[in-house]
Amino acid sequence: MPIEWRHDADAVLADSGGRPVLLDFSAAPM
Amino acid sequence: MVKEDFVPVRVHVRDQAKDFRRLGKRFGAEWTPTILMLDPSGEERHRIEGFLPADDFLAQLGLGLARIHFSAGRFQEAEDQYRQVRERHPGSDAGAEAQYWEGVSRYKRTDDPSALVDTARAFQDEYSDTPWAKKASVWRS
Repeated sequence: MPIEWRHDADAVLADSGGRPVLLDFSAAPM
Repeated sequence: MVKEDFVPVRVHVRDQAKDFRRLGKRFGAEWTPTILMLDPSGEERHRIEGFLPADDFLAQLGLGLARIHFSAGRFQEAEDQYRQVRERHPGSDAGAEAQYWEGVSRYKRTDDPSALVDTARAFQDEYSDTPWAKKASVWRS
Protein backbone atom coordinates (compact mmCIF):
# COMPACT_ATOMS: atom_id res chain seq x y z
CA MET A 1 0.00 0.00 0.00
CA PRO A 2 1.52 3.38 -0.96
CA ILE A 3 2.40 5.75 1.83
CA GLU A 4 0.12 8.78 2.11
CA TRP A 5 2.72 11.44 2.68
CA ARG A 6 1.87 14.75 4.23
CA HIS A 7 3.64 17.82 2.85
CA ASP A 8 3.35 20.24 5.78
CA ALA A 9 6.66 19.41 7.43
CA ASP A 10 6.81 22.47 9.66
CA ALA A 11 3.38 21.76 11.11
CA VAL A 12 4.21 18.10 11.70
CA LEU A 13 7.55 18.96 13.29
CA ALA A 14 5.85 21.50 15.55
CA ASP A 15 3.25 18.98 16.70
CA SER A 16 3.19 15.32 15.68
CA GLY A 17 0.52 14.48 18.21
CA GLY A 18 2.96 12.56 20.37
CA ARG A 19 3.80 10.17 17.54
CA PRO A 20 7.14 9.44 15.86
CA VAL A 21 7.74 11.17 12.53
CA LEU A 22 8.98 9.69 9.28
CA LEU A 23 10.62 12.63 7.50
CA ASP A 24 11.45 11.95 3.86
CA PHE A 25 13.74 14.23 1.85
CA SER A 26 12.75 13.08 -1.59
CA ALA A 27 13.18 13.57 -5.31
CA ALA A 28 10.41 11.12 -6.18
CA PRO A 29 7.59 12.34 -8.45
CA MET A 30 4.87 14.09 -6.43
CA MET B 1 3.66 -0.09 9.82
CA VAL B 2 4.10 3.42 8.42
CA LYS B 3 0.55 4.58 9.02
CA GLU B 4 0.19 2.95 12.43
CA ASP B 5 3.53 3.95 13.88
CA PHE B 6 4.63 7.19 12.23
CA VAL B 7 3.36 10.49 10.88
CA PRO B 8 4.84 10.36 7.36
CA VAL B 9 5.84 13.72 5.89
CA ARG B 10 7.76 14.43 2.71
CA VAL B 11 9.86 17.42 1.65
CA HIS B 12 10.47 17.46 -2.09
CA VAL B 13 13.78 18.63 -3.51
CA ARG B 14 12.25 20.57 -6.41
CA ASP B 15 8.59 21.19 -5.62
CA GLN B 16 9.42 22.43 -2.12
CA ALA B 17 12.90 23.71 -2.87
CA LYS B 18 12.95 26.41 -0.22
CA ASP B 19 11.74 24.07 2.54
CA PHE B 20 14.11 21.39 1.30
CA ARG B 21 17.13 23.70 1.62
CA ARG B 22 16.11 24.97 5.05
CA LEU B 23 15.08 21.64 6.59
CA GLY B 24 17.80 19.77 4.76
CA LYS B 25 20.38 22.01 6.42
CA ARG B 26 18.71 21.63 9.83
CA PHE B 27 18.69 17.83 9.64
CA GLY B 28 21.85 17.30 7.60
CA ALA B 29 20.01 15.77 4.64
CA GLU B 30 22.44 16.07 1.74
CA TRP B 31 21.15 13.44 -0.62
CA THR B 32 17.85 11.99 -1.77
CA PRO B 33 16.27 9.93 -0.59
CA THR B 34 17.18 10.62 3.01
CA ILE B 35 14.57 9.34 5.44
CA LEU B 36 14.74 10.20 9.10
CA MET B 37 12.86 8.62 11.96
CA LEU B 38 12.28 11.19 14.67
CA ASP B 39 10.96 10.51 18.14
CA PRO B 40 7.91 12.50 19.28
CA SER B 41 10.18 15.26 20.63
CA GLY B 42 11.78 15.67 17.19
CA GLU B 43 15.11 13.96 17.95
CA GLU B 44 16.53 11.90 15.10
CA ARG B 45 16.80 8.24 16.11
CA HIS B 46 17.39 6.45 12.80
CA ARG B 47 18.37 7.39 9.25
CA ILE B 48 18.16 5.79 5.81
CA GLU B 49 20.26 7.33 3.04
CA GLY B 50 19.70 6.04 -0.49
CA PHE B 51 17.05 3.85 -2.08
CA LEU B 52 16.10 0.51 -0.55
CA PRO B 53 13.78 -2.21 -1.91
CA ALA B 54 10.45 -2.39 -0.09
CA ASP B 55 11.32 -5.27 2.21
CA ASP B 56 14.59 -3.69 3.32
CA PHE B 57 12.84 -0.36 3.75
CA LEU B 58 10.25 -1.94 6.06
CA ALA B 59 13.00 -3.63 8.02
CA GLN B 60 14.71 -0.26 8.51
CA LEU B 61 11.45 1.25 9.71
CA GLY B 62 11.30 -1.54 12.27
CA LEU B 63 14.83 -0.74 13.42
CA GLY B 64 13.89 2.93 13.70
CA LEU B 65 10.84 2.18 15.77
CA ALA B 66 12.86 -0.10 18.03
CA ARG B 67 15.48 2.62 18.48
CA ILE B 68 12.82 5.11 19.46
CA HIS B 69 11.68 2.73 22.21
CA PHE B 70 15.30 2.08 23.23
CA SER B 71 16.18 5.76 23.48
CA ALA B 72 13.09 6.36 25.62
CA GLY B 73 14.20 3.62 28.01
CA ARG B 74 11.39 1.26 26.96
CA PHE B 75 13.71 -1.73 26.75
CA GLN B 76 11.03 -4.43 26.72
CA GLU B 77 9.30 -2.77 23.76
CA ALA B 78 12.65 -2.25 22.06
CA GLU B 79 13.60 -5.90 22.56
CA ASP B 80 10.23 -7.04 21.18
CA GLN B 81 10.53 -4.77 18.16
CA TYR B 82 14.11 -5.85 17.38
CA ARG B 83 13.02 -9.48 17.67
CA GLN B 84 10.20 -8.81 15.23
CA VAL B 85 12.65 -7.33 12.71
CA ARG B 86 14.98 -10.32 13.11
CA GLU B 87 12.17 -12.82 12.66
CA ARG B 88 10.46 -11.04 9.77
CA HIS B 89 13.62 -10.26 7.81
CA PRO B 90 15.92 -13.25 8.24
CA GLY B 91 19.27 -13.01 6.51
CA SER B 92 18.98 -9.28 5.91
CA ASP B 93 21.33 -6.47 6.91
CA ALA B 94 18.65 -5.27 9.30
CA GLY B 95 18.34 -8.76 10.78
CA ALA B 96 21.97 -8.70 11.90
CA GLU B 97 21.62 -5.24 13.40
CA ALA B 98 18.38 -6.28 15.12
CA GLN B 99 20.04 -9.35 16.62
CA TYR B 100 22.75 -7.16 18.16
CA TRP B 101 20.39 -4.56 19.61
CA GLU B 102 17.87 -7.15 20.78
CA GLY B 103 20.61 -8.49 23.02
CA VAL B 104 21.58 -5.03 24.21
CA SER B 105 17.94 -4.23 24.96
CA ARG B 106 17.60 -7.42 26.99
CA TYR B 107 20.76 -6.57 28.91
CA LYS B 108 19.54 -3.03 29.60
CA ARG B 109 16.17 -4.42 30.72
CA THR B 110 17.52 -7.16 32.99
CA ASP B 111 21.03 -5.97 33.90
CA ASP B 112 22.02 -9.60 33.27
CA PRO B 113 25.33 -9.96 31.37
CA SER B 114 24.25 -13.38 30.08
CA ALA B 115 22.06 -11.49 27.58
CA LEU B 116 25.24 -10.25 25.89
CA VAL B 117 27.00 -13.61 26.12
CA ASP B 118 23.97 -15.30 24.52
CA THR B 119 23.93 -12.69 21.78
CA ALA B 120 27.61 -13.22 21.02
CA ARG B 121 26.95 -16.97 20.77
CA ALA B 122 23.98 -16.39 18.46
CA PHE B 123 26.30 -14.51 16.11
CA GLN B 124 28.44 -17.62 15.77
CA ASP B 125 25.41 -19.35 14.20
CA GLU B 126 23.90 -16.46 12.25
CA TYR B 127 25.27 -13.30 10.68
CA SER B 128 28.81 -14.37 11.54
CA ASP B 129 30.29 -12.41 8.59
CA THR B 130 28.72 -9.09 9.52
CA PRO B 131 30.18 -6.09 11.35
CA TRP B 132 27.60 -6.74 14.08
CA ALA B 133 29.19 -10.11 14.78
CA LYS B 134 32.54 -8.38 15.25
CA LYS B 135 30.98 -5.92 17.66
CA ALA B 136 29.34 -8.73 19.64
CA SER B 137 32.52 -10.82 19.71
CA VAL B 138 33.81 -8.87 22.71
CA TRP B 139 31.01 -10.39 24.80
CA ARG B 140 32.09 -13.98 24.29
CA SER B 141 32.90 -15.61 27.61
